[in-house]
Amino acid sequence: MNAVLLRRAVLGLFLLALALAPAFGGDFTITLLNYIGLYSLVALGLVLLTGVAGLTSFGQAAFVGVGAYTTAILTTRFGISPWLGLPAALAATAVVALILGWLTLRLSGHYLALGTIAWGISLSYVFGNVQGLGGFNGIPEVPSLSIPGYKFETTRQYFYLIWLVTLLALASIVGLLDSRPGRAIRALRNPVMAESFGIDTARLKIWVFLYAALLAGVAGWLHAHYLRFVNPGPFGLGYSLEYLFMIVVGGAGHVWGAIAGAALITGLKTWLQGILPKLLGSSGQFETIVFGILIVLLLQYASDGLMPWLDRLLPRRKVSRAPAEAKALGQAAFPARGSVILEVEDAQKAFGGLMAVNGLGFQIKAGEILGLIGPNGAGKSTMFNLITGLLPMSGGQVRFQGERLDGLPARAIVGRGIARTFQHVHLRPAMSVIENVAIGATRRGRKGMVSAALRLERAEERQILFEAARQVRRVGLAEHMDDAVGSLALGQQRIVEIARALAADPVLLLLDEPAAGLRHQEKQALAALLRGLRDQGMAILLVEHDIAFVMGLVDRLVVMDFGEKIAEGPPERVRRDPKVIEAYLGSAGTGP
Amino acid sequence: MNFDIALLLIQDGIVNGALYALLALALLLVFAVSRVMFVAQGEFVTFGALSLAVLQQGSMPGTVWLLLILGGLAFLADLAVAWKTKRWEGLRGSALLNLALPILLGGLAYWLAPLKPPLAVQVILAVALVVPLGPIVYRLAFQPLANASVLVLLFVAVAVHYALLGLGLLFFGAEGWRTPAFTSFRVSVGPMLVSGQSLLVIGSSAVLILLLTLFFNRTLWGKALRATAVNRVGARLVGIRTEAAGRLAFALTALFGALSGVLISPITTIYYDTGFLIALKGFVGTAIGAMVSYPIAALGALFVGLLESFASFEASALKEVIVFSLLIPVLLWRSLKTHHVGEEEEE
Repeated sequence: MNAVLLRRAVLGLFLLALALAPAFGGDFTITLLNYIGLYSLVALGLVLLTGVAGLTSFGQAAFVGVGAYTTAILTTRFGISPWLGLPAALAATAVVALILGWLTLRLSGHYLALGTIAWGISLSYVFGNVQGLGGFNGIPEVPSLSIPGYKFETTRQYFYLIWLVTLLALASIVGLLDSRPGRAIRALRNPVMAESFGIDTARLKIWVFLYAALLAGVAGWLHAHYLRFVNPGPFGLGYSLEYLFMIVVGGAGHVWGAIAGAALITGLKTWLQGILPKLLGSSGQFETIVFGILIVLLLQYASDGLMPWLDRLLPRRKVSRAPAEAKALGQAAFPARGSVILEVEDAQKAFGGLMAVNGLGFQIKAGEILGLIGPNGAGKSTMFNLITGLLPMSGGQVRFQGERLDGLPARAIVGRGIARTFQHVHLRPAMSVIENVAIGATRRGRKGMVSAALRLERAEERQILFEAARQVRRVGLAEHMDDAVGSLALGQQRIVEIARALAADPVLLLLDEPAAGLRHQEKQALAALLRGLRDQGMAILLVEHDIAFVMGLVDRLVVMDFGEKIAEGPPERVRRDPKVIEAYLGSAGTGP
Repeated sequence: MNFDIALLLIQDGIVNGALYALLALALLLVFAVSRVMFVAQGEFVTFGALSLAVLQQGSMPGTVWLLLILGGLAFLADLAVAWKTKRWEGLRGSALLNLALPILLGGLAYWLAPLKPPLAVQVILAVALVVPLGPIVYRLAFQPLANASVLVLLFVAVAVHYALLGLGLLFFGAEGWRTPAFTSFRVSVGPMLVSGQSLLVIGSSAVLILLLTLFFNRTLWGKALRATAVNRVGARLVGIRTEAAGRLAFALTALFGALSGVLISPITTIYYDTGFLIALKGFVGTAIGAMVSYPIAALGALFVGLLESFASFEASALKEVIVFSLLIPVLLWRSLKTHHVGEEEEE
């Protein structure tokens, strides 16, 4: 059977089993499944936040609590309908999430994790200690949900509601990840690259954080009306840890891992809570011992979790992501050949007392390949970072088509038509070649997270992938279109970087050592590609160590040494310049 | 609030702050040497306090079983590695540390507990039962992940906390314990009556911090730890075994944790889960010291103690909220100061 059909069949069987569960399962089973559904909802948000975007949250249970308490208070004290409790719960969660996100998402790596522990604990103490929230006894008699003619009361009645919401959330995240904003979210783990291709990482992090919090808030709303009772217990740090455990067990980057992990942890917990007190002869939450040990062992021996392993049981689908046809994306017109498009004037960059770039000035014209060469440490890559806005300038100006660039962030500069490659490749190794290249086209699309979650951006997505596929073919990597970038040779990965830069539709292309690691024939193909781009009117700034490659390709050269320009001109003249010879080979006069 | 109350709160704050400082330094030491943010440090506090409490009842504390079981597992782990690599030379040391020492300490506790020895002996025994848990936990949980990212190690530390929390409940039960004061001595300083226990806590913390400083500056082992903290690869190149450094750091952190527990148990009722919160407050202090500076971390911890003390007077229900919320602006400030454009996140 074909792989796609087989996968659909497995999915169908899962949904069928779920749909039939209330008909065959006992009350205990259905209750358990309801909890799994609720936990999955929170875990799904964490998959997006932690598994995909790499932002660890040890405080997710607190958002469940905000949602649950908001609706519980509004419905019990003010007699508001539970259906109005939902938007209120979402609004309250959003407000808390935006404040906490604004505060903590600036933290990086483990600081962020510690910060989330801090507010996770703080909020759980707020639930237990603030007057009016019912203290540790909580809020009883939360009304159950009802629609005209139907009242949700039994466990079985809630089953379909909970799983409907959970599966919708799952579908939204599947849709989101397979889209322009989804690729941007996956690029968040490499903020340098993301910013260089027009992604506002700070804002995107907040959106992702907000979405994960809202899913938790919905879970809290369901929790309150399903259990008809709210107390601080389920919103403490312990539960936040369990949510994280779920996605570690399930496989942090996998959407279905959220459900697999929630099922495994919830099932295991229930089983352990039944068996451990008998085994140990006293009662208490001893399942924490097993969970703790399980997670340590998982992280030591199988940090990928359950889902990748399950995934391998089924055959891979071999459908290319490249669309057969789509409407072409709009392209910027190149300026008139020979007109100056980039002017660097007296550029300076100091690292402490070291002047990495010292008073450098040059110009690039449309339809020209300019080589920037110099010995190691001359300041070439620093100059690249100054033009593309990755480093702030200490002095001087960069003007692009008459507009000042210095002071603009990298994401704004790529929007003006300047795209780059990196000396040390900045690619997402697990993503395919076409997806990596499509990141380059991020700035050419407009549809956001909501459209992606609802799959309303399929037309634009096809255009973007079509454009990405075109660039992949253009650089000669068509046969690797759907391979994971990490499986390519380093030289080929550099070529992927070029394709990604081209997908950004640049007027000026900055290439940092593109020929390193290429074989002779590949270099010739690269040179032909670059000449072709130049002939179309693109301007190219090239940093390269392979002098033979540079000499045969560029129109002009700028030679740097110790942060300063020591020569400029056509290759033949520069090559004979005594200062250049001295910089590369040392002074002729110092020998014995 | 009048002046007398303020003085009382200050005294309280300094006593707690001194303990948090002790824990903060231990946390910092472990982080510097092994890159582990050891949030499970609090369980050592709990184990130290509760072991002493049980010893005072004349019974053998459950820490003995914990030590024997985890020690046995650590030895088995070493045995498995030796089997796989066919290198047996490290095994004797492992047997001594993970098998012989726990058995010796367990036997001692079994023999001494019913005799109700003097307090000093009980304290030493309680602390001695906890200290080997440090290197054993390091061996089992962290040593195999020496090259993992800080975030993964934090995750493991959280899982270790989770497991030890359950084990604490299993071996000590859910009820709280409070040990009698070490001394009934009281002294008036100006208008203030200072208890001997407070002085003991402050004095011991000061002495321990001083000893730690001397250890770092004057002994070869201390210097080896500092070298490992600065540059793990470099330390390895000059012959310092990073595993040994990790073991030592964890032994020290267990020692400081257990001592804090023993010192605090006459002041506060200790439950199986109390230690975690105490150590987290030490963490806030550490964070104020940016996970690098020992003196600032100690001062930060002192500040946390004072803040907590005043918060508990002004808004006792929300004192934990206030203390932990403090961490966020501190981290934010730290993070802004250390953030560079172009810094790559860990995968």
